[in-house]
Amino acid sequence: MKIVVCIKQVPDTAEVKINPQTNTLMRDGVPSIINPYDLHAIEAAVAIKEVMDATVTVLTMGPPQAEVALRESIAMGADEAVLLSDRAFAGSDTWATAYTLSGALKKLGFDLIFCGKQAIDGDTAQVGPAMAEFLDIPHVAYVSKINSISDTVVEVRRMMDDGYDVVETSVPVLFTVVRELNQPRFASLKGKMRAKNAQIRKLTHADIELDEKDLGLSGSPTQVKNIFAPEMKKERVVFEGKPEEQVTELHNVLKSVKCI
Amino acid sequence: MQIKVDRDLCSSCETCIASCPYEAIVLQEGKAFVNEYCQICRICLSVCPEGAIKEVPDAQDSKDTVTDISAYKGVMVFAEQREGKVSQVAFELLSAGRRLADKLSVELFAVLLGAPESEANELIKWGADKVFLCSSDSLTSFNDEPYTNIVSKIIKEHKPEIVLTGATAIGRSFFPRVAARLHAGLTADCTSLEIEDGGRNLLAIRPAFGGNIMATIMCPDTRPQMATVRPKVMKKCACSANHTGTIVNIEVPTNGKCRTKVLETTKDADFCSINIQEAEVIVSGGRGLGNPKGFEMLKELAELVNGTLGASRAAVDEGWIPYNHQVGQTGKTVCPKIYIACGISGAVQHMVGMQSSDIIIAINKNAEAPIFNIANYGIVGDLYEIIPRLIKRIKEERG
Ligand SMILES: Cc1cc2nc3c(=O)[nH]c(=O)nc-3n(C[C@H](O)[C@H](O)[C@H](O)COP(=O)(O)OP(=O)(O)OC[C@H]3O[C@@H](n4cnc5c(N)ncnc54)[C@H](O)[C@@H]3O)c2cc1C
Ligand SMILES: Nc1ncnc2c1ncn2[C@@H]1O[C@H](COP(=O)(O)O)[C@@H](O)[C@H]1O
Repeated sequence: MKIVVCIKQVPDTAEVKINPQTNTLMRDGVPSIINPYDLHAIEAAVAIKEVMDATVTVLTMGPPQAEVALRESIAMGADEAVLLSDRAFAGSDTWATAYTLSGALKKLGFDLIFCGKQAIDGDTAQVGPAMAEFLDIPHVAYVSKINSISDTVVEVRRMMDDGYDVVETSVPVLFTVVRELNQPRFASLKGKMRAKNAQIRKLTHADIELDEKDLGLSGSPTQVKNIFAPEMKKERVVFEGKPEEQVTELHNVLKSVKCI
Repeated sequence: MQIKVDRDLCSSCETCIASCPYEAIVLQEGKAFVNEYCQICRICLSVCPEGAIKEVPDAQDSKDTVTDISAYKGVMVFAEQREGKVSQVAFELLSAGRRLADKLSVELFAVLLGAPESEANELIKWGADKVFLCSSDSLTSFNDEPYTNIVSKIIKEHKPEIVLTGATAIGRSFFPRVAARLHAGLTADCTSLEIEDGGRNLLAIRPAFGGNIMATIMCPDTRPQMATVRPKVMKKCACSANHTGTIVNIEVPTNGKCRTKVLETTKDADFCSINIQEAEVIVSGGRGLGNPKGFEMLKELAELVNGTLGASRAAVDEGWIPYNHQVGQTGKTVCPKIYIACGISGAVQHMVGMQSSDIIIAINKNAEAPIFNIANYGIVGDLYEIIPRLIKRIKEERG
């Protein structure tokens, strides 16, 4: 069974701060990391390799520096890594990203594809399902458990807003995974050694035979018109002092807003 | 398209370098230079004090397959249902859709799958002019491929210019497939929808980079313009029993593929009787509670004020309370009348999920906690000093 995991290198948005004076993003020292949900996707793939005959390929579309993320995936147990990188891909929105990746996936071949639920820089959760559409295969989003797996059929549990569904799907199939699925392993020493020397396969636009007009910015229906800082300030009253007095004030507030 | 720096205007202040999330701007011969890591996110354009950074079109930018966008008219809402009952988010979207449709002087359509005609009539009361209804029982439980097939077909035939759905597990799962099939732009998790001044383009506003910044997204050259909107972000406007509309019955297409089968659907057994997205009062706890027992205290308060329990991700990660109580970017968006945040610092990822609450009350022992920036009432103190006293006071008063 051939498993491909799609990963994205993202700025660690938990570390991104806004400079309140200039309303600009402060990225100084913010590290680039593997999208946290994608770690669960890698773990899922590597865990399958431990119970059945399978190979794991990690694929990312991004700038040359994304190679770091691919090496980390190899350290976690992936067999092979592919970097899809070309200036022609710059400015891709989710449509163009999914389209370009699907071109690479067709070239690589696959039985199972794992993606993270969403990437934390854009939080769109669109690339996975859109790739499945371009590849004409089914997908199951928000997978939180793999109940059973064979070469032809997989049964999973997917999270819904009010509970969960058990879904059976044929193979090939694409899954997007949530944190509840598993606990990503740490890289082993042996894995790290392998990652250091691993050959990263590089693909460009020329290798995937897609129409230029559907790539990058020109293939992207959405455009970012502008970016601004969120408004946060509201009128506020702060109660300091002794707990007894604060409780009196709070009690009055709750009464005035008819909460009690 | 490329982003370029005008070297004559650049003052080498490095503001753009610090603000680029992709490390794509470097100093080259003393001036800022945009390298090939650029993702064209345009953040640098707005931060440059000199206006030295510009968008430069490439020769290949001109699109040879421009869709005839004037052929698209109307606003369409996908009305999600669970177990045959329309979800609240559909009514919220009809209110938002009605506003957009009126501004554009067009009709408002709704699409309803797997629910009875009585539910379609509800959608009309809430503003729909026309409901495309496929009431087949086979569609009552959600399945990506048939949903994608039917919705894509309806959009192709009726050509709405705007299509909206809830950013729910269902909407976020199958709408990307619809957008992929139609080569349409899909903006995820919008918090606000407007029509461009003097034009017909939809301006979809959404948080990005973990809620640290907001972005306005547009699809100027393609139709339909699609967007998902989180539940509880749009306000429901009053429904009118007098609003009239028509129902168009749709057959289930017989040729569509379906390679997944839903074997079982299970609802979460909840720890509280009120769903957090429906609650009028939410008492929410964070890491500041220190231990799972803290939630027992909050639950007592929540019951006294007819509310329910919410939580920060830190509290959920500690295992103090189940995930379905998590509020925020990776949890639920809530919009209660009153949100009481106890021992929550106010990380942006939490605030994006609750900042539109009518009244926010924060209890935190650190006066510098960011939660106080958005709180209407702030209490600087130890929650274990405050809340037990408050519970006692409320009980005493009730006698
Ligand atoms: C991709 C991503 C997505 C995320 N999504 C979410 C999300 O959906 N929801 C979410 O909540 N978070 C989310 N987070 C996490 C978020 O960044 C914060 O880590 C989290 O919200 C912090 O939770 P907290 O406020 O409970 O904890 P802390 O930040 O640790 O704050 C605890 C607060 O309690 C106060 N305190 C301590 N003891 C007391 C006491 N006795 N009395 C009063 N006050 C006290 C402290 O002063 C402090 O302000 C996300 C992060 C990432 C990276
Ligand atoms: N550039 C990319 N390269 C590889 N995989 C990606 C890329 N962008 C998104 N993905 C995959 O799609 C998932 C959802 O991303 P998004 O739609 O951007 O939220 C991620 O968790 C990845 O698995």
